[in-house]
Amino acid sequence: MKPPPVYTEYHPKWYRTRVSTYWWSRSWAYLKFILRELTSIFVAYFVVITLLQIRALKQGPQSYAQFQEWLRMPLPVVLNAVSLLFVLFHTITWFNLAPRAMPVRIGGKRIADPWIAAPNYVAWLAISVLVAWLLLRG
Amino acid sequence: MSAKRSNEPFLWALFSAGGVVAALLMPILLFLYGLAFPLGWLKPPDYERTLRLVGHPVTRLVLFVFCSLPLFHWAHRFRFTLYDGLQIKHLNEVINILCYGGAIVGTLLAGYLLWNLP
Repeated sequence: MKPPPVYTEYHPKWYRTRVSTYWWSRSWAYLKFILRELTSIFVAYFVVITLLQIRALKQGPQSYAQFQEWLRMPLPVVLNAVSLLFVLFHTITWFNLAPRAMPVRIGGKRIADPWIAAPNYVAWLAISVLVAWLLLRG
Repeated sequence: MSAKRSNEPFLWALFSAGGVVAALLMPILLFLYGLAFPLGWLKPPDYERTLRLVGHPVTRLVLFVFCSLPLFHWAHRFRFTLYDGLQIKHLNEVINILCYGGAIVGTLLAGYLLWNLP
């Protein structure tokens, strides 16, 4: 006689075809999905850099200068360049999803997607210009 | 039926708000502080001016939001990346603690640093 099956909370033993851990490498659409999901790591990375930057600022001119010096090293520069690509990917995919997350209807007709995504891009441009202006003037 | 309420909508709202903040503010800040200033393409504001800029109450508030919400965005998205990408759903309690715990720690840290800025 077979022993009774053992059930654990998260691994119920019903039949499932096994999905490879590398399922996302099979097509561009899957890969794009995973790349989009991975953008969050780079978002968190830059928050950590920002916190370190604020801490250096709080500690005084010397710490701040030291931190700027560290940012000039090859490793942070490469990490930042890669992060920028991922963050841009996040921004673009995020804005392009907006029309699907909140379809707008006027008079029963659905507004075309670009009209919903466009204001996001305008806001992005305006905020970027404002930040650059604040940091770069005089 | 269990009457347990789910936190999911609240966490999703944080995820979503953090996604917006990161999308709008992060590219320019990352470009300037990560590449343009270190590589000498553009001239950064000096210490005094940076301190005045960051010390302004509005900037403090913006920076607090900029640090906190994107961390919750990360926590939520990264959690599902681990579930789907690596199929390790059985570790979900540990993952939840690490992700949301990290976001809470980061938020507290941001609050502490920005509050105590000279």
